Formats: sequence, C-alpha cells, structure tokens
Amino acid sequence: MTLAELVCPAGTPAALRTAVDAGADTVYCGFRNATNARNFPGLNFSTDELATAVAYAHAKGSKVLLALNTYPPAGQVDLWREAADTGARIGVDAFIVADMGVARYIATKYPEIRLHLSVQAAASSPEAIRYYCESFGVKRVVLPRILTIPEIRRIAQEIPCEIETFIFGNHGLMVEGRCSLTNYVTGLSTNMDGVCSPAADVEYRREGDGAVSSCLSGYVIDRFGPDEMAGYPTICKGRYQAPHRPEGYYAFEEPVSLNLARLLPELIDAGVHAFKIEGRQRSKSYVRNVVSAFRNAVDDIRAGREANIAGLLQLTEGGRETQGAFETKKWR
Amino acid sequence: MAYSHKHEVLNKANPLTDLTAPALTVLLAPLLGRVVKSLSRKHPAIFERLGPHTKTGYIIDPTNLPFALFLQPDPERPVLRAVARRALPAHEALIRGSFDTLFELIDADADGDAVFFSRDLIIEGNTEAVVSLRNALDDVDGSIAADTADLFGPPGRLALGFLRSRADARSQRSST
Repeated sequence: MTLAELVCPAGTPAALRTAVDAGADTVYCGFRNATNARNFPGLNFSTDELATAVAYAHAKGSKVLLALNTYPPAGQVDLWREAADTGARIGVDAFIVADMGVARYIATKYPEIRLHLSVQAAASSPEAIRYYCESFGVKRVVLPRILTIPEIRRIAQEIPCEIETFIFGNHGLMVEGRCSLTNYVTGLSTNMDGVCSPAADVEYRREGDGAVSSCLSGYVIDRFGPDEMAGYPTICKGRYQAPHRPEGYYAFEEPVSLNLARLLPELIDAGVHAFKIEGRQRSKSYVRNVVSAFRNAVDDIRAGREANIAGLLQLTEGGRETQGAFETKKWR
Repeated sequence: MAYSHKHEVLNKANPLTDLTAPALTVLLAPLLGRVVKSLSRKHPAIFERLGPHTKTGYIIDPTNLPFALFLQPDPERPVLRAVARRALPAHEALIRGSFDTLFELIDADADGDAVFFSRDLIIEGNTEAVVSLRNALDDVDGSIAADTADLFGPPGRLALGFLRSRADARSQRSST
C-alpha cells in the first residue's frame, strides 16, 4: 500500500500535465458532459484529449482516475456506459462512481479495472461502505467531509477497502449526492447534470457603492461589500435574512476552504490511504501551487520531518480556511 | 488588495485618458491584430473550448491603462482592439482588473477564482462566456503572455521579464 497517495484535480489537459509535473501520484478528471460533477463550460476532456493525457501520466509514473460520479436519470444510462467503455479502452487506472447502476455496469464488464466510490455516494458508515465493496468490488471510498479523525480511524478498522479523504479545497458539507438546492432555482441537477450553479444562470451585479451581488437565476444569494472577500455563487454558501437574523447570515455553509495540511500525519495514522485535492474547476496556477505544496509536505512526512505548508491562504474561498469536521464537529 | 472604489474612479472623467485613448487605440490596432491572429493560429483548441462563445464580444478592462480591449474570439476572424473606456462597443461580457492582475492571469501565474474571491477581478454580463474564456485560455501550455512576448522578439521578452519581476515582487510583499 502506498503511503499518502496524492490525488490531484485536472480540469483540462494542461492542468493534468501541470499536476503530474508538480508531483501528483494520481490525477482525476472527467469528460465534457454530464457524467461528472464538474460539468462546467470550457472544462474537461474529449476522448482524444483523455487518451493523450493518460499516456502522458503513465509515462511519468502517475495514475489517472476517470470521474463518472453523477447519477444517470432513469432510462438514460447510455452516456455513462459509453463513457465507461471509452475510459476502459483508453486505459484509465480506476473509475470514480457514485451510482449503483454505473458501478454494476463497470464491475460486470470491466472487473479488472478498479472502482472508487465517489464522495457523491455519501457513504459514511462501515455498513454502507461494506455494501459497495461486497456488491461491486469497490477498492477505495472517498469519505464525505463530515467525519472526525477518530471516526475515520474506527471506519478504517471495519471496512475492506482503502480510504481517501479531501485535504484541500471546496468545503462542501451538504449530504453529497443528495443536494438539490441548485435544482430548485435553476432546474438543473447537480447530481444528474453535473453542475452546481451553472454559469449561464449566474450574474454578478455591481452596485454604486462598490458592492457586488451574486445572483442565481435572478435570485440574489449574497451581497459582498466593497472591501469584503467573495465566495462561490452557490445557494449553500449564500447569505440570507431570517426573522431572527435580519442582518443576513450564512444559513447553511460559509465561503471557506478546507485545508488539512496540519492534520496529514494524524490522517495517515488513522488509516487514510490517499489525500484528495479538490479543484477541477481551478486554474493551472492553483494546481501547480497546491500540488507542489502538498507534494513537499507528504515527502517531508514520509521522511520523518515536520511538514511546513504556508502560502495557500490566497487560493482559498473567501480568503479563509478551516479544518472543518476533521478537527471537531463544532467548527461552526 | 481590495476592490474598494478604485475601479469606479477610473471610469469617471479623466482628461488625460480622454485625450490619449483615441490616439492609442489607433496606434495599437496593428499590434493587437497581429497578437490575436498569431495566438489563434498557435492555439486552435481554444475555440473548441469556447463552444458557443466564439461570436461573443468581451471587454477586457485593465483599469490602470488609458484604454480597454475588445475581444471577439471568432476563429475565422478574431478581433482584438483597443477601445476608449468611455465609449465601449456593444459586448456581452466584461472582465475588469488592474493591468497587473490581468497580466498574471494570462501569464498563468494567478488563479482566476482566487482573484475573484479577493475582489481584484470584476465580472459583468454573461458569466458563462467569461468562465468558458477563462477555461479555454487556461488549457494553453506555457502562457499567453509568453507567446505574446515571443512575437516581438528580444524587446518582447525583455518586457515580459520586467513584468514578471514586478509580479514576483508583489507576490512577496503580499505574503509577508
């Protein structure tokens, strides 16, 4: 078992090469369609691009995981099956899946290719994880960002597969794979169309005092004052007025990024096999900086040295970072 | 750096800008035309990533320069020209920031989301068009700034080195 495999995001072929060159053990990416949960305009890979990217990664000793981590609408499974067939033909090292039907198709047709269970499956108990392992031969679970390190340690002792945890990036805490907030406003599903807050539905309105309102399908979901840091235009990170909070407050989540740099040794000790960096929608610059920083940190830990990660705050949402539930469930 | 009101101030009357902008837009026309045509030939994959936005008109507004830029990334007839800030042509999307911020973005040295979070970048109009352009340009290996500098030989590369030194100095100041 590899110690602390670094799993890094790639939204474009250039980002994938950047991640590999920066020291990624593994890169995850997706096709330009609804089969993955970062279905944003201008992002992702064509079939030819993925084939070239896989060859590049393999030549440099890195693995490529293909995210097929959305849920096909009933009766519309062909797109996901074709994506799995293409990924298998190209030679990806594993599929990241959430839907049981997609998992079953791959497990049956391509039993030699590893299956990883996406965070979108929201499997957070030993019973749920064991079900996926026993039914579909899942080799790794990506845990939701709602567990403390002691809880992860207990789960690791009770499941027959590897554990991957997020260590940096978006701090999404809704029940992943079940969130329908975007659907209510835009009519598009995060979980089936692969896009939360589609860019076509987002508008930023500049106001006379220098403030900016972020709007989704015409609804104002936050307003940033002239000197206030901004966040993503998602409903879960919107600021709302309520009778008990007329000044407006973050009712669900706050614009803040996860950063577990200081907890890496504890996570390894708890039995975490792989560390995931979020951000397929981010730039090459983000990929280069974050992957390099965590590559050095993991190498330091492997060598018995104390890891020192600084300088990532400027890349965080809202200019703030948190250890979230990994440190304590009282983080808010 | 905070957004504050500096962008607003630059959009108000500025006699020097008003006088120099028309002349600069004419002088820059052949240079900018050469840049956009060269980049289009060198990076045709950009147009595929732009999808429906190859006909979209973008205003790119470096707030501390005396003019803005109009971009229409049409693969058949790409347009990049300087325009007077007080008479912007019809456009669907606008991207505004200091020249330094915009330079670091096209030099692949800054992250678009991060400069949006810090309010150093302002987006208006069609957000999908802006996101598509950002992602399309980010898929270029190396940097658009370096490709542009190469077009002008040693003077271009000298200018690039100077701008990169300034960016490094800013980065060091902000991290201390």
